[in-house]
Amino acid sequence: MLEVIFYGIIYGSIISLGAIGLTLVFGILRFANFFHGDLMAGGAYIAFFLITGPLAWIGLPGEPFGTTSFSIRMIIAFPVALILVAGLSVLIDRIVYKRLRQKGTSSILKAIAALGISFIIRMLIYIIWGPDQIKYFAGARRIAIHLPFQIKVRPDELIIIIIVTVLVTSLHLFLRYSRMGKAMRATADNMDLARISGINTERIIIWTWGIGGALAAAAGILYGINVALNPEMGWSFLLPLFAATILGSIGNMYGALAGGLIIGIAQQVSTLFLKPTYKPAVAFVILILILLFRPQGIFGGKQS
Amino acid sequence: MDNRNIILKAENITVGYGEKDILHGASMEVRKNEIVAIIGPNGAGKSTLLKTIFGLLKPSRGTIFLEHENITGLSPDAIARKGISYVPQVDNIFPSLTVKENLEMGGFIRKEQTAERISEIFRLFPVLEEKKHQRAKELSGGQRQMVAMGRALMLDPDILMLDEPSAGLAPKFVSMIFEKICEINAKGVSIILVEQNAREALTMAHTGYIFVTGKNVLHGIGKELLENPEIGQLYLGG
Repeated sequence: MLEVIFYGIIYGSIISLGAIGLTLVFGILRFANFFHGDLMAGGAYIAFFLITGPLAWIGLPGEPFGTTSFSIRMIIAFPVALILVAGLSVLIDRIVYKRLRQKGTSSILKAIAALGISFIIRMLIYIIWGPDQIKYFAGARRIAIHLPFQIKVRPDELIIIIIVTVLVTSLHLFLRYSRMGKAMRATADNMDLARISGINTERIIIWTWGIGGALAAAAGILYGINVALNPEMGWSFLLPLFAATILGSIGNMYGALAGGLIIGIAQQVSTLFLKPTYKPAVAFVILILILLFRPQGIFGGKQS
Repeated sequence: MDNRNIILKAENITVGYGEKDILHGASMEVRKNEIVAIIGPNGAGKSTLLKTIFGLLKPSRGTIFLEHENITGLSPDAIARKGISYVPQVDNIFPSLTVKENLEMGGFIRKEQTAERISEIFRLFPVLEEKKHQRAKELSGGQRQMVAMGRALMLDPDILMLDEPSAGLAPKFVSMIFEKICEINAKGVSIILVEQNAREALTMAHTGYIFVTGKNVLHGIGKELLENPEIGQLYLGG
């Protein structure tokens, strides 16, 4: 049982990273971003491209360190992919959402546009990398470390938890204490008043997309390391992402963190009673229950 | 009236939402260091004028001058940078930010001496210092109004525009807010005040404007407007 919960935490921490980005974008831009999952996939594939492409061409060794999946190429590709996906998100905003904002488009239409962008990203992945499952490193790295309580953990999984902890803590410190982070919270709270205070809200929007995109890329790469890459991964993450976001109250970063962990643990624990193929259904059931009984989420949240 | 020292001038403003015009050629002037009260019935376009001056609405006709510069159609953040600050009637705080963070956001574009200006605001509204780490949404209505005014003052404005600062407040807060407005004015800030409490507003204002159906129908020295029996009957409820 404890072991299953531990796996749930690993999976859940990946969902949390995605859900935090989703909730930040919602908090400021006020629409359901249906291509957020595909940004995760995009990040995973861009890292794959960097590892097998440019970083290999310049002759960096691809051998992973010890019993991990992390090679020097991965250590470089990880931050570069984050920056590239952050840039991609900002680019999508400049091309699509800036115009929709200027026209005063409704949030339903923005969400439908997001659906369209999601198809485009997914189809590009199919065209470039094909439909088959891909691994960053051939050969399973399954050598486990034994922890107390009979928990067996792969070094990769420990690294995943450390990376998620570092990213979430940095984001927390950024939002809590930095000038730009406070302005982001202010804009999410009351965008009109932020503009009245002289805050350039377009700049805040760019930051929000950038941070959301980078976190999505991180989540996608970590999932790729832990499991594998496939073109549908982003789409299939969408349900747990939204379940975690709504569970944790939309717009609330800490709620999204908790929501992601709850969904992750619930899905893993369900495998004790149900066939693993029913895992996505668990997120769906939680989503339905929360919408029925506590639509504002567990953290109360603000009405939108 | 004396035409010197005019710092803000709105001329013949026509503006509305969509097809429907709210203001039809309204005009107003603000002199340095004065309190201007705009009063009139609901729907006369008082708040609309403030929003237009601040660039939240684009006038279809008319011009707004700050000193001698035409600021018509500039964006709100550009106008904030020019030294005009605006407190809307509703949604005028950042609810989930602390009191101190609300003030910091007010001073977002004035990066220097934020700490000094925050302590200045705390001197003006001492209760805010006690509550500086509390979220703004947890405060009472009167305290929220203080946060809203404090946020606007963080810009160190030359002109402060207040949209019904006393609306919905308990009577003891109403007189307190009016006292604070006079205090702020005494520091050299010109004030444009839209008010339902017409008598109190005209009592403390140097100049009063009476707006009816999208036009300024009368203006004059605040106290003279108050003493004019006709105005009393028509607009101040006898």
